[in-house]
Amino acid sequence: MHATVSIINAPQGALLSQRMLNSIPDNLIRRQHFYDLAFRNATRAFAFLVLALLLGILVTLLIGSWPAIKAFGPGFVTSAQWNPVTQKFGALVPIFGTLSTSFIALLIGIPVSFGIAVFLTELSPLWLRRPIGTAIELLAAIPSIIYGMWGLFVFAPIFADHVQPWMIETLGAIWLVGPLFQGAPQGIGILTAGLILAIMVIPFIASVMRDVFELVPAMLKESAYAVGATTWEVVWNVVLPYTKIGVVGGILLGLGRALGETMAVTFVIGNAHRLGTSLFSPGNSIASALANEFTEADGVLYTASLVELGLILFLITFVVLALSKVLLLQLAKREGTRT
Amino acid sequence: MKLAHRMFTPALLALGICTASTATAANITGAGATFPYPVYAKWAEAYKAKTGTSMNYQSIGSGGGIKQIKAKTVDFGASDAPLKPAELEKDGLVQFPAVMGGVVPVVNIEGVKPGEMKLSGKALADIYLGKIKKWSDPAIAELNKGMKLPDTAITVVNRSDGSGTTFIFTNYLSKVSPEWKEKVGNDKSVAWPAATGAGGKGNEGVASFVQRLHGAIGYVEYAYAKQNKMAYTLLQNREGNFVKPDDKSFQSAAAGADWKNAPGFYEILTDEPGKDSWPITGATFILVHKSQMNPATAKEVLKFFDWAYKEGDKLALELDYIPMPDDVVKLVQAEWKSKIRDMAGKTIW
Repeated sequence: MHATVSIINAPQGALLSQRMLNSIPDNLIRRQHFYDLAFRNATRAFAFLVLALLLGILVTLLIGSWPAIKAFGPGFVTSAQWNPVTQKFGALVPIFGTLSTSFIALLIGIPVSFGIAVFLTELSPLWLRRPIGTAIELLAAIPSIIYGMWGLFVFAPIFADHVQPWMIETLGAIWLVGPLFQGAPQGIGILTAGLILAIMVIPFIASVMRDVFELVPAMLKESAYAVGATTWEVVWNVVLPYTKIGVVGGILLGLGRALGETMAVTFVIGNAHRLGTSLFSPGNSIASALANEFTEADGVLYTASLVELGLILFLITFVVLALSKVLLLQLAKREGTRT
Repeated sequence: MKLAHRMFTPALLALGICTASTATAANITGAGATFPYPVYAKWAEAYKAKTGTSMNYQSIGSGGGIKQIKAKTVDFGASDAPLKPAELEKDGLVQFPAVMGGVVPVVNIEGVKPGEMKLSGKALADIYLGKIKKWSDPAIAELNKGMKLPDTAITVVNRSDGSGTTFIFTNYLSKVSPEWKEKVGNDKSVAWPAATGAGGKGNEGVASFVQRLHGAIGYVEYAYAKQNKMAYTLLQNREGNFVKPDDKSFQSAAAGADWKNAPGFYEILTDEPGKDSWPITGATFILVHKSQMNPATAKEVLKFFDWAYKEGDKLALELDYIPMPDDVVKLVQAEWKSKIRDMAGKTIW
C-alpha cells in the first residue's frame, strides 16, 4: 500500500526506487531474500540430484559387474559365446542386436517422421492438422508391451507369410545385400524387431520435429517462397537449418527409446544368442537379454555378466549422446565460416 | 488376467501389510517358480476362504525365489530345480516337494494331430542338437512308420528366460543322450546348439512360437499344451513304450521316485522306470529356513502346505498338476519335525 502511494506521488523517476526501498519494511526484504535463497538452493539440489543419480547408477553397475569384468576382461565385448552351463559369457550378440535393431529403426523412422512433420507444418490443410497431431501423440503413449504383442501375434505372421518370401526372392538375389535377406521366413528376428522399433520411435521423432518446425518464423519461410523456392527447397534450406538442434534432439529421443526398448523387442527378436548373417535370423538385444534372464540368473558370474551388459548399454547411450553433441558443435562452427 | 493379477499383487501386498497391523489374521509370503504359480494361487484363495490366513505368492522365477529366501525377505522360496544337499546345508535351508507336473514336446507339422507323432529320447536330443534337420529324416520316419512326413525344415523353439521347465527338459536330454550331456549340459538356461532356433519368453512365448512357425518343435508344461490344444508328441520311455502325456503317466513316473533315499529331497523325476511312465516329469520345491526367527509365521507356512497336501489334491488335478503321494507327504512332515526349529532349538511342527 505504501509503495503504491509513493509511486503515484513521486515527482522524479530517480527518487522512485530509493523511496520504494525505504518504504518496504526490513523484515519483508529479509523474508524475500530468504525465499529467494531457499528457492535457489532447492532447484540446485534437484539439479545435482540428477548428477548424483547418474553417478550412483554408474557406480552400482560397476560394482555389480566387477566379477565379470575381472573374469572376462575386454574380451567380453568381442566374444559371441553365452553359455550359462559352463559360465562363459560374451556380449557380442546382444550388442550387435541392440545396435542393428536401433539402426534399422532410425533408417526407417527418420525419413517417415520427417515426412509427417513437413506435411503437418507446411502442406496439410488446417482442419487435418489437429486429428493427425493428436493421433501421433496417442501413438507415443501406447505402452511398449502392446507393440510387442501386436508385433508377435499380428505383424509377424503377415510378415512371414507375405512379405518375407517376396523379400527373399527379390532382395535376396541382389549382390552384396542378398545375404541379409536369406533364411527361413519365420516372421521374427532382427528385421522384425527393427521394424517394430521404427513404428515405436516415429511418434517421438515426428512430434518433436513438428513442434520445432512450427517455431520457424513465418517471415523467413515466406521470404524464401517469395523468391520462388519450392516447398522442398524451403524445408531443406530454411526450416531444417533453423531447427537442426531440435531435430537432432528428436532423433536422439527416438534412438534412446530404440536402444533401451525391452518388452516389444523381447517379443519379436527371437531371443537366440547367435550371430546370424541374415536380418531374418533371430538374435538378442541387451535389454531383452536382461529381461529374459535376470530373474533366473544364479551364480555370481551369470548375474555379473548381465549387469555388465547393462553397463555396456549405459556406455553406448553415453557415446551416442556425446557424438551427437560433437556433431552439433561441428555444424555450429561451420556456420560461422560460411558466407 | 494374469498380467492384471501380477500388477496388483504388490498393491495387494501393501494393503495386506497395512491391515496386518490391525487384524489378527496371519499373512505369509512366498516367492519363486512360475511353473506352480497357478496352483499356488488357487490354493491360497481356497485356504484364505477357509482359515482367513492369506498367502501372497509372487512368481518371480526359481532363481529369484532362491535369492529371496536366502536374503530372508520372504517366508518361503519356491524353485523348480532342487538345490543340492550341500547347498541346502550351506544356507541352512530345508527343501521339500510341493506338487508335480510334466513337460511335453509340442510340434507344428501340417496334418499332424495331438498324440500322433512318436519320438524317442535320442531323436528329441538329436533334433535339439541340430543333427536332425528335417521332419522327413529317416530317424523320425522309422519311429513313425506309415505316417506321411513333410520335407520341412525343423525350427527348434526353446525358453529364452531361465526356467525350471528348461531344467527338467535338459535334465532328461542329458540322461538319454551322452552327446547332449557333454556338449550342452543341464541347467535352467543353456547354450542352445541348434542353428535354426528361436527363444520364447515363458511357456506362453514358446507355445505361440510353435503355433506360429511351420515345422517347429518346442517344449511346454502339459497344462499349456492341453489348454492351447497343441500337437503334443508321444515319447518312448525307459521301458521302450510310447506313452501319452496325461495325469496317469505322470503319476506312474512319480510312483517310481525313491524319495526315501533322496537326502534333502533332491530327486529329479525324469526318465523314471515303469511301463506307463512319462519320461519328462518333475517336481517343484519349497524352501524354508531351518532355524526360524519367527516361529509363528513358520508354523503358518507349514500349516498351509499341510492343508495343501491334504485338501489341495482336487484343485491341483483340475489344473493338471499331480499331487504328492501320501507316503511322500509323511516323509516331508517327518523332515519338518526333525529339522525346522525356532531359535531356542524347539521343533515347530
